[in-house]
Amino acid sequence: MAVTVDATRPRATYPIHLVHAVLLAGTFTLFFSALLNDLAYWSTDHVQWTNFASWLIAGGLVVGGFALVFALVGLRHAVRRSGSSLLYLLLLLVTWIVGLFNAVVHAKDAWAAMPEGLVLSAIAAVLAGMATWLGFSSLRTGDLP
Amino acid sequence: MNRFNVLTAVALAALLPACSNDPDPAQYGAEPVLPKPSRGLLPSMTIAKPALWGEQRPTVPPGYTIAPIATDLKIPRQTLVLPNGDILVAEGSGGNAPKLQPKDFIAGYIKAKGKSSVKGGNRLTLLHDADKDGTYEGRTVFAEGLNAPYGLALIGNHLYVANQDSLVRFDYQAGQTRVSGPPVEVTKLPSQINHHWTKALTASPDGRFLYVGIGSNSNITERGMIAEVDRAMVWQVDAETGAHRPYATGLRNPTALTFQPGTGQLWAVVNERDELGPNLVPDYLTSVREGAFYGWPYSYWGQNMDPRVRPQDPQKVASAIRPDYALGSHVAALGLDFSVPAMGAQFSDGVFVGQHGSWNREQPVGYKVVFVPFRGGSPAGEPVEFITGFMGADAKTRGRPVGVTVDPRGALIVADDLSNTIWRVTPTGVPHTAR
Repeated sequence: MAVTVDATRPRATYPIHLVHAVLLAGTFTLFFSALLNDLAYWSTDHVQWTNFASWLIAGGLVVGGFALVFALVGLRHAVRRSGSSLLYLLLLLVTWIVGLFNAVVHAKDAWAAMPEGLVLSAIAAVLAGMATWLGFSSLRTGDLP
Repeated sequence: MNRFNVLTAVALAALLPACSNDPDPAQYGAEPVLPKPSRGLLPSMTIAKPALWGEQRPTVPPGYTIAPIATDLKIPRQTLVLPNGDILVAEGSGGNAPKLQPKDFIAGYIKAKGKSSVKGGNRLTLLHDADKDGTYEGRTVFAEGLNAPYGLALIGNHLYVANQDSLVRFDYQAGQTRVSGPPVEVTKLPSQINHHWTKALTASPDGRFLYVGIGSNSNITERGMIAEVDRAMVWQVDAETGAHRPYATGLRNPTALTFQPGTGQLWAVVNERDELGPNLVPDYLTSVREGAFYGWPYSYWGQNMDPRVRPQDPQKVASAIRPDYALGSHVAALGLDFSVPAMGAQFSDGVFVGQHGSWNREQPVGYKVVFVPFRGGSPAGEPVEFITGFMGADAKTRGRPVGVTVDPRGALIVADDLSNTIWRVTPTGVPHTAR
């Protein structure tokens, strides 16, 4: 479907690659879930929530890392590099770096990860949401990778 | 794409631990200096690379001789000198803590680099020196099929062994070189998860009670509070019935227990918590007071609150007492025994402490056996180095001391679980010593 080229329509209607879309949505979901788990730890003191958050962040880094690769390749292949596609890439990169710091903070034992972990999870979730929004709305000028 | 590289470089640089050198680790005695808790974004970790002894030997003070009396063991931990002079060695490696967080995979891999790759023997080996020349020519497997045996104690004709999950008893007659039958279980010991799996053991002088050291199930409650039920305490066990009760609590990892001769006072060395910085929290030597609470997890060195524990418990913190004597942070004290006059004048009154050596520190500490002098029944003065050279000038480790046991005939028996060796140190002037 996404690869069906209809010559009568302008190139601008191509969405981002399906795999890219899944990775991008996954990054947001994982980082947002980590935030929810951190909130649960914050309000219950129950340490299992922070363990869940650690794994979700690790997952977000893996999935987000692949999304970054797609974003980079997409930028390379773009016919016209729009400002927003570059902004998308940068946002995703910053999201990933914040996520990396967050993973290291979450490696601290028990409550030592708080409140920094919660704050970083919130920042990562917001950034991932913004990156996803931009990614889905602004990458329609590029070629398929 | 340049931006990517720059940002990555910045991120990686920021991830490196902030501290580049640890302050002076001299932190001994009743009033240690406790800095503020500090931990970089990543914990400081230095794993000393193992190397073979070759012709090298650990260093002992002038007037003393050291010799290996058994090699190629399977992770020797603690030893027991039997009344006839035979030596029992507990060999094993325990713990079945599941990996809980992504970091456990990384940390496990890193720490394994500093350990022996030999599989734990789950057995007791008996060393016998028939002609008392200091060469233990007799060596037999005394018992096998055990489960990570660690603590050993003899009461009359009963040999008690603390497996990682149970306290068991064998019948023992002097001169026996192999057990005569399967063990009898005295009591089960807490073994769920078993993050700190070693079960230290000693017997009261009157033989009525056994004391078992049970370590915590985490560094600092990161496996949850439920995992800490019946952990971080010393149990008093009735040797006859197996009935048990907590004798003292809040001891994070009591790795060796022994009674002070002539007093009936129980002593312990305890390993304290990690990831509060290079000079927190000191491992310690302490007399174990009945019913006392020593702080873990809520506080350290008395009533210094640990903010990592939730929910907190100010009432428990208020009841926490200070240990007697700090040995230094991260030294990993695993061995303890009282000396005897036959060890020589300088080392006759005090305790020997085996220090396995640090990981959570940039500059390694421990990796030696020290002597803490006593006066009037209490620790007095700085520790004196007794055996060093486990870590060479090349920063490689050739051995890591665990259990230390004083042979009343005038010898210190040291188990080394890196080179899988039993070392024996004797005053050179004393007859019947090795070489």
